Amino acid sequence: MFKLEKKDAILLLIVALMLIFAPFILNPFPENSGLAQFNAGYPDLMQRFVFFGIFAIGFNILFGLTGYLSFGHAIFLGVGSYAAIWVMKLLTMNILLAIIVAIIISGLAALVIGWISLRRSGIYFSIITLAFAMMSFALAYSVLTPITGGETGLQPKVTDPRILDSALLAGDTPKANLFGLDMTATYNWQVGDWVFTFNVGYYVAAILMFLCFYLSIRIFSSPFGMMLRAIKSNQQRMNYSGLNSKPYTLAAFVISGMYAGLAGGLMVAMDTQVGPERMFWTASGEVVVMTILGGAGTLVGPFLGAGLIKYMENIISKINVGVLHDWFYWLPDWLENFVVTIIYPFVGKGWNLTLGVIFMLVVIFIPGGLVEGIRRIINWFVKRKNISASREITDSDNMQQAGEIQQAGEEAASRGKNNG
Amino acid sequence: MAEAAKNIVLHIADVHKSFGGLHALADVDLAVEEGKTHAIIGPNGAGKSTLLNVIVGKLEPTRGKVVLDGELLTGKKPHEINQMGVARVFQTPEIFPELSVLDNVMISAFAKRDGAFKLNIMNSLESETDIQEKARKIIIDFGLDKQINEHSGALSRGHKRRLELAMCLIQEPRLLLLDEPTAGMSRHDTSTTIDLLKEIKSTGMTIVIIEHDMHVVFSVADKVSVLAGGRIIAEGSPEEIRASEKVKKAYLGEAQ
Repeated sequence: MFKLEKKDAILLLIVALMLIFAPFILNPFPENSGLAQFNAGYPDLMQRFVFFGIFAIGFNILFGLTGYLSFGHAIFLGVGSYAAIWVMKLLTMNILLAIIVAIIISGLAALVIGWISLRRSGIYFSIITLAFAMMSFALAYSVLTPITGGETGLQPKVTDPRILDSALLAGDTPKANLFGLDMTATYNWQVGDWVFTFNVGYYVAAILMFLCFYLSIRIFSSPFGMMLRAIKSNQQRMNYSGLNSKPYTLAAFVISGMYAGLAGGLMVAMDTQVGPERMFWTASGEVVVMTILGGAGTLVGPFLGAGLIKYMENIISKINVGVLHDWFYWLPDWLENFVVTIIYPFVGKGWNLTLGVIFMLVVIFIPGGLVEGIRRIINWFVKRKNISASREITDSDNMQQAGEIQQAGEEAASRGKNNG
Repeated sequence: MAEAAKNIVLHIADVHKSFGGLHALADVDLAVEEGKTHAIIGPNGAGKSTLLNVIVGKLEPTRGKVVLDGELLTGKKPHEINQMGVARVFQTPEIFPELSVLDNVMISAFAKRDGAFKLNIMNSLESETDIQEKARKIIIDFGLDKQINEHSGALSRGHKRRLELAMCLIQEPRLLLLDEPTAGMSRHDTSTTIDLLKEIKSTGMTIVIIEHDMHVVFSVADKVSVLAGGRIIAEGSPEEIRASEKVKKAYLGEAQ
């Protein structure tokens, strides 16, 4: 399928199914149950999963493959957003053009910033990108207010020229669309106590994310991707093997910048507004955390990391004192208060604290991220299954066969380890 | 071919290199003939590594020039010099430790084929059958077929050296530079490396080798230059060098 190796094709298929059935997967709890607050299948959040999924997948092409740790990639998220909003103000509300322009402009920005930052490597590179992130925020926030709208940001107005669109009727508001298809159009499907929401904007974004993921697989399995890994591994050998590493790192930087630009453009396409906080330097840090949490250098890791963080940011943060008391009402009062007092700092506004703890645990115990964690669990099951199979046979006094099966199991386990 | 045998592949002409007041190399003239193995020996600090670094473009000479097949190398960058046909083996093997043996060799092969930057993302590694086959063949030739999918960082030192040599030779270089290829090796690994070098030599490869171990030098070299204090103090066949009083003195630290 699509000129892919079987393993990659399966992965792509899984991601496609996840994207298609996300409204079901993310809404596992009935609407009226107490668990409904853990449902994440509403358009706004599903879209956010996709935006940050794309952002992290792109970032991973730079950081995961070449090892260059950029602390400035939210710049391109912001540049893409501002570019898209200006297309919507000046040209058309059709999101296709906005997204294309967002990718191009952020690519150009990445070319300039990458060309400068990549004169250094390691910590110096990271610090230069961080400096760019801070400067860009300052520019967007104050210096370039005529272009960026400063603190308030920008959004399309009825009075904007939009020379490619026909004039709006009186009382109409400009709506983001794809050749007339309204991005905010939503269909609710009620099945018993469950409500599943299907949103046009989400599916448009999901298709783009699918393409992004496909491109990422291509890069990972191409000679180009191999060169990026070589850069991470040993630049000295690369140079003495006749390769100039600079154009490769720059290409990776620009590609990841364009991914970020696409994500930024999509954000604008869906909620038609932008503010400078989108490129604040902590946003650049967030994508680093996403990538490492999910597994830097793996294909699905960054997407998983982005999903986990956005889920926590939106769902865990909603758990307040009242909700906690509801959960623990069955405890004796004094114990209930005690438990709530202990847990409360970690939920609600304190969700970052939980994230920090999870992040530390992952980095310390499974440095390969969530992907490595999943792989370990699978290997453990494979091994256990094989051992129990061999035990049964041992009981029936057939030692030799048991040994063979166990060996096969160990081989399978080690194969699993190597494959991933 | 008889005429070609006298071709000078590498010509180092009047090269000086000084670091501040220290003259690491002075008046170095060296001509390496095609198909010959030219050893450069000398006591520690004689300037052997500096000379090698000048050849590959890591250091620029203060004066003089380095010429490969009539083309000037001086002033070019290491990757450009490699593309012109100079491959280098380092004292501690420089490989891609996180990548598999096969990947290591394939990167080298891609570098040779594609030369400069190429954004070829529509080809998968598996579809590059030419490169795959070529890499597998040389890996088998170098006896690394059992380790082909192992992380190269986990190889023994002897195997790392073999891998590095394979990475250099898949590029079919015009000139192979060896920086102490047996440094830190066991006696057994050293003797297998000598056999390997003899084999490489028998293909007609032009080699410059820097080596401490005189046993290795006298086993493989056709010509030996002795460097001491940044100057070439003797040059000749291995037999001549072995008999030279001047060289013995240099090794005892009495030169100049």
